Amino acid sequence: MLLDAAKAAGLLFLVVVIQLSVIANVDILTGHPNLLLVTIVCVSLLRGAIFGAVAGFSAGLLADTGVFGTLGFTALLLTLAGYWTGRYGETTGRDRAHAPLLSIAVIAVLYQIAALVLRYLLGQAAPAQHIFVALAPTVFLNLILTLPVYALTRRLLRPREWVTREVRLLG
Amino acid sequence: MVGGLVLLSLILITFSFRASSTGALHSVESAGVTVLRPFEVAAERVARPFRDVYGYFRGLVHAKSENERLRQQVNELRQQALQGKSAQEQNQEYRKQLHFIDSPLFPGDYSPVNTRIISWSGEFDQQVVIAAGSDQGIKEDTPIVTQDGLVGRVTDVTGSAAHVTLLTDESSAVPARDPKTGATGLVRHGEGEGSLVLDYVPKESDVRQGDVIVTGGTQSKRYPSLFPGGIQIGVVTSVGQSDTALYKQIQIDPYVDFSGLDAVTALITHKRTPKVP
Repeated sequence: MLLDAAKAAGLLFLVVVIQLSVIANVDILTGHPNLLLVTIVCVSLLRGAIFGAVAGFSAGLLADTGVFGTLGFTALLLTLAGYWTGRYGETTGRDRAHAPLLSIAVIAVLYQIAALVLRYLLGQAAPAQHIFVALAPTVFLNLILTLPVYALTRRLLRPREWVTREVRLLG
Repeated sequence: MVGGLVLLSLILITFSFRASSTGALHSVESAGVTVLRPFEVAAERVARPFRDVYGYFRGLVHAKSENERLRQQVNELRQQALQGKSAQEQNQEYRKQLHFIDSPLFPGDYSPVNTRIISWSGEFDQQVVIAAGSDQGIKEDTPIVTQDGLVGRVTDVTGSAAHVTLLTDESSAVPARDPKTGATGLVRHGEGEGSLVLDYVPKESDVRQGDVIVTGGTQSKRYPSLFPGGIQIGVVTSVGQSDTALYKQIQIDPYVDFSGLDAVTALITHKRTPKVP
């Protein structure tokens, strides 16, 4: 568990750095890919709701500090994203092949809407039209990122039942 | 656990939102930025070549449509600039007209109708069409002037437009005088295009080069003039006389630039105007 946490922490730190310094200003067909969200969803699918929520909170907080944003803003959104994805993975989705893609599609839409509402509540600029216009391309770009990120995350954080199965086979 | 994290996030948001830029939370943010900064710089440096390549290809893709859009914009702006310049010139013209109407040069007993020239009759005719007609009180023989001087008179009129024969037309003749010497004559078209002559001036009169010629106005109640007196026509450019001729040969350079006419003023009188035979 500790090893998993360390691996996830390293991965998320790297992802936060890449997200803030490289991907944050990528604009393709008005869409903005969110590597951090995709990674959190993948980690949560593989490690469950609590792990996902903690990972989301930590990575979100790091991202908030990295851009002098409102502390807790991204942390709150990623905590909820991690928790819900983890719950979905624990209950029905983990073994299904489409689970990562479906989770990303749904969570990306909810994340954008929740961010818009939160910004509105905080009295910050909330350009709803811009966000809704960019929603479809953003989801599409996140879906493109999903497969490689999920493959990498799965390699790094192998599902526990596989380990057990492998041990059984060897034994 | 998750509830606690959500609550903590909300507390952080609240404090972060209300905190000053020098508070404890700011220190936390500063620490976070300090930790992340070297990694971000490194990542940015690694990603820069890829980003440049991406930017280059993206630029190529957008260049064509951008070029087209900018060309269209340039055309629109050029058109707007031309319209603006034209409007500015027109505005200056109208201001001059207004100034003329308010000035003492404007003849009494007349009311002005400001209008524009909407068409020119042709290359050889010295006639124009103005955008005002009988609806505005214009009648046949209504004098047309600008702030520079006499332009001509209305020779045909409809409800919303009128046909004006310019002073330089062969059929035009205007009684005129030299206010300096009191000499009178008839201004008609000259030999050259756009030139005028003051005819029927007796040889003994002392008209000289540089004298200003104005409309003569009504000299006799029996033969009233179509044009009010005192409207400038032009300046004398040469005075000649021959032994055989009965009158002086006086050339006039008109004040009005007939080729650049735009805004004009019709002088409406409520008196009965004499008919030209």
